[in-house]
Amino acid sequence: MGKAELPLHAPGTKVDRGYIGESVPRPGLQRLLQGRGAFIDDLRFPRLAHVAFFRSPYAHALVKKLDFKAALRAPGVIAVLDGRAVAEYCTPWVAVLAHLKGIKSPPQHAIAIERACWQGEAVAAVVAESRSQAEDAVALIEAEWKELPVVVDMDDALAGRNVIHPDLGDNICFKREHDTGGVDDAFSSAVVVVEETFHFGRHTGVCLEGRAILADYNAGEHSLTVYHATQAPHMMQDIFSRHLNIPEANVRVITKDVGGSFGIKVHVYPDEMATAAISVMLRRPVKFVADRLESFLSDIHAREHKAKVRLACSKEGDILAFDLDDVTAIGPYSVYPRTSGIEGNQVVNLTGGPYKHQKYRAKMHVVFTNKNVTCQYRAVGHPIAVALTEGIVDIAAQKLGMDPAEFRRRNLIADDAYPYTFPSGIKFEKLSHHKTLDLLLQKMDYKALRAEQAELRKQKIYRGIGLASMIEVTNPSPAFYGVGGARISAQDGATLRLEPTGMLTVMCSVTEQGQGTEAIFAQIAASAVGVSLAKVKVITGDTGITPYGGGTWASRGAGIGGEAVLLAGRALRSNMLDVAAAMLKMDKAELDIAGNAVVHKLTTEKKLELAELGRVAYFRPDTLPLDFQSELTVTRHYTPRQYGFTFTNGIQASLLEVDPDSGFVKLLKHWCVEDSGTVINPMLVDEQLRGGVVQGIGAALFEECIYGPDGQLLNGSMADYLVPMAGEMPDIVCAHVETPTMQSQLGAKGVGEAGTAGAPGAIMNAINDALAPLGARVTRMPFTPERILKALKKVD
Amino acid sequence: MKAPSFAYAKAKSLAEAFELIERPGARILAGGQSLIPSLNMRLASPELLIDITGLKDLQGIDRRPGGLRIGALVTHAQLQRSDAVDQHAPLLLQAAAHIAHPAIRNRGTMGGSLALADPAAEYPACALALNATIVLVHRRGERRVPAAKFFKGLFETDIRPGEILAAAEFPKVERSVFLELARRHGDYAIVGLAGVADASGRRIAYLGVGATPVFAEQASRAVSLNAALELLGRDLQPQADLYNSSATKLHLAKVLLSRAWTTLSKPH
Repeated sequence: MGKAELPLHAPGTKVDRGYIGESVPRPGLQRLLQGRGAFIDDLRFPRLAHVAFFRSPYAHALVKKLDFKAALRAPGVIAVLDGRAVAEYCTPWVAVLAHLKGIKSPPQHAIAIERACWQGEAVAAVVAESRSQAEDAVALIEAEWKELPVVVDMDDALAGRNVIHPDLGDNICFKREHDTGGVDDAFSSAVVVVEETFHFGRHTGVCLEGRAILADYNAGEHSLTVYHATQAPHMMQDIFSRHLNIPEANVRVITKDVGGSFGIKVHVYPDEMATAAISVMLRRPVKFVADRLESFLSDIHAREHKAKVRLACSKEGDILAFDLDDVTAIGPYSVYPRTSGIEGNQVVNLTGGPYKHQKYRAKMHVVFTNKNVTCQYRAVGHPIAVALTEGIVDIAAQKLGMDPAEFRRRNLIADDAYPYTFPSGIKFEKLSHHKTLDLLLQKMDYKALRAEQAELRKQKIYRGIGLASMIEVTNPSPAFYGVGGARISAQDGATLRLEPTGMLTVMCSVTEQGQGTEAIFAQIAASAVGVSLAKVKVITGDTGITPYGGGTWASRGAGIGGEAVLLAGRALRSNMLDVAAAMLKMDKAELDIAGNAVVHKLTTEKKLELAELGRVAYFRPDTLPLDFQSELTVTRHYTPRQYGFTFTNGIQASLLEVDPDSGFVKLLKHWCVEDSGTVINPMLVDEQLRGGVVQGIGAALFEECIYGPDGQLLNGSMADYLVPMAGEMPDIVCAHVETPTMQSQLGAKGVGEAGTAGAPGAIMNAINDALAPLGARVTRMPFTPERILKALKKVD
Repeated sequence: MKAPSFAYAKAKSLAEAFELIERPGARILAGGQSLIPSLNMRLASPELLIDITGLKDLQGIDRRPGGLRIGALVTHAQLQRSDAVDQHAPLLLQAAAHIAHPAIRNRGTMGGSLALADPAAEYPACALALNATIVLVHRRGERRVPAAKFFKGLFETDIRPGEILAAAEFPKVERSVFLELARRHGDYAIVGLAGVADASGRRIAYLGVGATPVFAEQASRAVSLNAALELLGRDLQPQADLYNSSATKLHLAKVLLSRAWTTLSKPH
């Protein structure tokens, strides 16, 4: 059988998978380790100007007067601009999507005009020769404010006594209701009904590299080149084009190295739009790099949900129905262009997702508040849906006196039940809940841990074991954004070019954010064509070079971008065999490519080095038949279409110990069994899972953006906002079940968000399992020592 | 953020440092553990930084009759490697392990920590528990201040204009306990306990419970753990922080007291 001739997952066939499934190191690693990365702040341009922003100190206030006189006289200052000046060059936006029916949000400007709606919203920009000079001048801006009533609490927002945007009528950005019918009947007939309200703290993704943009407008050709730490270069190209009124083809977005993104860098930020507009205005390159303090005030936040969930269950332990009421607060604007309605929408879609009940009702409100905006951050909605589903499932199991693993085994959708439509309307192609559960219990030696737990309890050592089953949205089709009118590509493309020496250049529209995307594209390309990995060079992140595509978000890079690379690789290989057949005067069907050479398919005898093929094709085509033209650059695209999303599934477990005296939690071990379809690079997949789990642990134990009653962020620094750190992290054991998606030839599903999706629920359940003999339960993330002590009634 | 601009001078001698310190807006820079971040966050804007790290007089750990003299410029990392500290003041060694992370411990200094007087820092509480003497030098000589009188308020000490903290002297106390409750290793603790005991009795000080490190005078003298737990409420009136109420802090202080008690109560 030839190399990768069949779909890699074709049943009953043996296919040479090449590098697919190999843990090869990523190509950019040495460069980054040697300090030769090219992040935005590494770039040097002549006449580069720097921007610093004057940000509102109030959560809600009218800007009565801005006095720039002193700032304009400060050394090095080039310009000081207010919202009106920037609006001359950048049109405002409204972040709504047609498929989120009724969603509303007011127009938002690059720099706020007349009114600031959260502490940290930029109301003026200082442009100077250096960032330091710009900051000095910012301190000289004098502003006169009139404070307005502040809406901080989500219940107050819902009640609507103070309406942040009077034109909108109320503080409700979006609401959704879903009902299969029969829920009330299910609850009234159920033997066991459990209910709990879970709170999820507002937190943020803390990227190693802050948000960064360098915009370089060239008046000579009315063109804009933007070096941008973004996950979605083509989306940003479209946005710069439309809002700055520059023809699309004249806008080039280049994304060099990016120091982490996690969803933080997939949105339109007013200060970044202002930077681009200022470059156009001043006709020179302008740079803005968010420092850590302004990152906390202006990078999107996420979560902040309060969700009441009820579960109905038969006396045998069959889940009959879920009933959900979720409220989430998103700040004063829906974030452009993805909107801030998606996270709540996901919570409705996903709650109860792993289980086979048929009745489901959900109500969800997204409300405006005077805090920083929230939007999609790694695992969007999943950590909420998983934690509240798994939290209530554990409470039900406890009430029934059933072991939580057995209760899940009884209720998880059977592995042979697919394709399956979940009561929220989402469709699953093929999941493997029972396989992953079995593998997890085996990996962790569940029975032995339970026995040990019981033994230790006698010595007043309180260990907890928490499970969290989950489903996850990956490889989204246009159903995610495109159908709602967002100009966000669900398809991606890859171009492969055979170089004359037999090397491969791969250009793909999915971007590298530090997660290793370029490594897997190299693996797929090398495998599909038949060359060694060292022969492959990958280029991503340049709208001027790569095919058009969506970029990196929603766990889509491997499944969509990877498939495009595979399709292009196969097409290129076929074209290369055409050249070889012409050169060798053999039948193409007799030939294959392996080990950087054209070989005889059956005997594997080497027929032609690829370097020789390249030499002839490019430099001596005169030796080929007159009617033959080689095509050694190939582009292919891929869009998932059969399903709205390619769902994955997995299950996590946490083992931890709670000290009931101090309320401290010590994490002992974590397990993650994931089915993300074809695993292309096990090392990178496990790194994604582990990194994701750590971010989920951050949500469960450490991270929260704390606001005071006046809407002031109280912990906006790395000293006070606690990110998870290595010292507190447990060993994280990863294992895989591989159920490839049949929608693509590669069969890969996404894996980037799985860890973050499941970990908070697993940690919460483990803490509550540890606290169970003490009669306590925690439901408010993050689970600080004080919250645990309060649950234990050790403190008021 | 970028630090506001400032002048910088590296003092070649104590005499030169005394001269420089008279200048308006001057501040002393030692390891920079706290000053550099506050510059970069624009929380401090000194006009002149006087770098004293080259001053030999402020370095070194010396054994003295009955105790130790630790120079102001001794870093946390040097202290951790010192046999003399291990033998004479093991409390400091136990405390140093809780200060931030290795890279920071390579730069941060004993003198810097005492002079800043952050109530959440480790050494001030240790100095109080150990009855340390703070040695301040000035143009015309030196002044010795007992730790109990040195810490006067939030980030406020008895250092007078023109004075430089030169060293701290610690009497020899072998039996000690240092405990902290910090959510992440290396963070400022929610609450911490520095306790020592010798023939003259117990001395227990707390960090993270007020504007200064606090000596738990009544709890230290208590005859039993239960009495001490009861009395601790009179010694401490902790201020709430972002994550913990006053009551939680007091509860956690009691938890630490329970854990430290046995070690501090063995007969001599």
